[in-house]
Amino acid sequence: MARVAKAKPHDAPGADRDLILGLYRTMLLIRRFEERAGQLYGMGLIGGFCHLYIGEEAVAVGVQSITGPQDQIITGYRDHGHMLAAGMDPKLVMAELTGRAAGAAKGKGGSMHMFSAEKRFFGGHGIVGAPASIGTGLALANRYRDNGGVAFIYFGDGAANQGQVNESFNMAELWRLPAVYIIENNQYAMGTSIERASSETHLYRRGASFNIPGREVDGMDVMAVREAAAEAAEHARSGKGPILLEMKTYRYRGHSMSDPGKYRTREEIDEVRKQRDPIDHVEELLRSKGMADDAALKAIDAEVRRMIADAAEFARTTPEPEAAELYTDVYVETAA
Amino acid sequence: MTDVLMPALSPTMEEGTLAKWHVKVGDEVRSGDVIAEIETDKATMEVEAVDEGVVEALLVPEGTEEVKVNTPIARLKGDGVTAAPEAQPGAPVSAPDGDRKAEAPASETQTPAKARANGAEPPEAAAGPPPSDPEIPAGAKLVRITVRDALRDAMAEEMRRDPDVFLMGEEVAQYQGAYKVSRDLLQEFGERRVIDTPITEYGFAGVGVGAAMAGLKPIVEFMTFNFAMQAIDHVINSAAKTHYMSGGQMRCPIVFRGPNGAAARVAAQHSQDFSSWYAHVPGLKVIAPYDAADAKGLLKAAIRDPNPVVFLEHEMLYGHEFDIPEVDDWLVPIGKAKVRRAGRDVTISTHSRMVGYALQAAEELAKDGIEAEVIDLRTLRPLDHGTVVASVKKTNRLVTVEEGWSPMGVGAEVAMRVVEEAFDWLDAPPARVCQEDVPMPYAANLEALSLPSVDKIVRAAKAVCYR
Repeated sequence: MARVAKAKPHDAPGADRDLILGLYRTMLLIRRFEERAGQLYGMGLIGGFCHLYIGEEAVAVGVQSITGPQDQIITGYRDHGHMLAAGMDPKLVMAELTGRAAGAAKGKGGSMHMFSAEKRFFGGHGIVGAPASIGTGLALANRYRDNGGVAFIYFGDGAANQGQVNESFNMAELWRLPAVYIIENNQYAMGTSIERASSETHLYRRGASFNIPGREVDGMDVMAVREAAAEAAEHARSGKGPILLEMKTYRYRGHSMSDPGKYRTREEIDEVRKQRDPIDHVEELLRSKGMADDAALKAIDAEVRRMIADAAEFARTTPEPEAAELYTDVYVETAA
Repeated sequence: MTDVLMPALSPTMEEGTLAKWHVKVGDEVRSGDVIAEIETDKATMEVEAVDEGVVEALLVPEGTEEVKVNTPIARLKGDGVTAAPEAQPGAPVSAPDGDRKAEAPASETQTPAKARANGAEPPEAAAGPPPSDPEIPAGAKLVRITVRDALRDAMAEEMRRDPDVFLMGEEVAQYQGAYKVSRDLLQEFGERRVIDTPITEYGFAGVGVGAAMAGLKPIVEFMTFNFAMQAIDHVINSAAKTHYMSGGQMRCPIVFRGPNGAAARVAAQHSQDFSSWYAHVPGLKVIAPYDAADAKGLLKAAIRDPNPVVFLEHEMLYGHEFDIPEVDDWLVPIGKAKVRRAGRDVTISTHSRMVGYALQAAEELAKDGIEAEVIDLRTLRPLDHGTVVASVKKTNRLVTVEEGWSPMGVGAEVAMRVVEEAFDWLDAPPARVCQEDVPMPYAANLEALSLPSVDKIVRAAKAVCYR
């Protein structure tokens, strides 16, 4: 049954310096990547919808830090952070955003639909709630093959109200599938606050009627995320069935680039930024533990900025797909 | 005196086996008593007495097969209370539950003959692979098999061949399939590979897609394609587009299958042809077979195909027997139409159950000296329009037949391809025979009026021949 265990602010006893520096670096990479993506969008180099992950970095980075090689990841359309956390090359992700042949999906998927077979990243899905059932299918495949893999399935607070999410919960528990459902509760489904959209706002309880345990986690604290994800993975991997983590997080930017932002105040955003920023949090941790000084942090910052500059330059200059690519990949070719 | 009649236990039942009597001559029965057990190829049911009285005679012995619906099976000596002049068929006790299966027992006042006013299948003698069928290896022995068993055998053979193939859907395992297409699969392959799902089409379609993306080869059965509308998001947005959206990285080798098209007397929500809906979508392959050989050969090909396939079966054909070649690993290529009957005067392009209607119409037309060429499209995407175009270049006339509505339909597409590629060969505007442009009505007479019929096909063919 639902376990209610609010994660404490974490001081990471015994946590390895290199590990925390690595988490910090990846979170910073995502932050800078997204800032640059926003800039390229403004310049007209990125089209369509573009949903930035700024503010939510600790979730994907914390979870990804405990996954194993046989595990899978799947998420919705706010997916840039997950791809970078999974180790995809920022150049290829950025080139996909600009619709180039070298992009992670050959320029055919765009911001919302990217995949990496190599990193076991199964998208990148534009339909709200779809990752829940597709991800449950990934978990079913793990069970079918008895390969010890766990599917990490991300979706937002808005998607949590979708019928297929509940249908998937039901099947996952019924069949005891190795699935970790991660609800990224950033408080707003587009412009609708959770209070205005959900009769039960404690989303970790959403699995209760299916007997799926749930836990609320401070999604702005990467170490808390990491610890909760590790426990959840162990639960799922050991054959106990699915588990649900509600990550309390916050997005600083609009739902997409075309968000007028009328549904919340500037003060609210500034407050979170000042008090709960996930990157500041790790930086303080590193400093207070004496794990990194100004010089070390500056070096990481410089390295990340260089990577992002390279990615942006690559995404701007690498060519668009050949016209003939229009007709490829519709079907897997079969021998006649 | 009251006759107990062989009941119709489903909208499509025409006959059954009287498996067991629970009463003997001289027994007194009351309304609600179980008096017999009846088996069909779909299900076993108990028959309750509707009338009261003493059993005077059992007219059909236990174990008799092929007892037609409405045949008197027993006679009761009434006590005068319920001695109605008209006999009532017994009502089944354990009919498969509810409307979802289109299996609700026929109502007592509905005479089965009327109920099947639209369901008169043409004689199969006119169909099936002709002896000269080039697809059948010379010397291959032909065996009679129902479409239902052909589909079952296709799944069983592919599951034996490839451990990644599994079946999931509502009632596919313990119940043995709502239409018994998955009969005995649970027994052979176990519950790991034959998975009963809750009634949650959207969710389990997505689960199937995820399993396919992870490399398995799921067969997802929809109890009928009417319910697949809840899942069409995953069929189209998730399955059909993934390979393209991922730049060729992700595959989705999945088969969505189940009965599609007009059923009998189940009205608008349970009786509809979705052929053109799916055939519209790039990334999907769409198959709609007519006979047992194609059902088996194409389903096996669909399961092996690395792309998502929508496989549209027809409930009204499940029980029909056809000849099928007895060869190892019978496969029929996806994307090739079949000329079912050669003719020089008019081309009839059709698919699924309507192939039988078209063949019967061709026999009728032949009596008037019109030789129709009947083309079974078999695969709707990719559409083998070349076979239709070649035929029209010979006959100069085209009639399309489908159970779907005509606007934006399969016939519209076929006719357009002919106009594009054989405009100068046409001697008459193409004609369409379709479901009338209304939701399927319930009343037997209206239902029959709304559907394509042999007569409508004959009239359309004559019209394009200016006869």
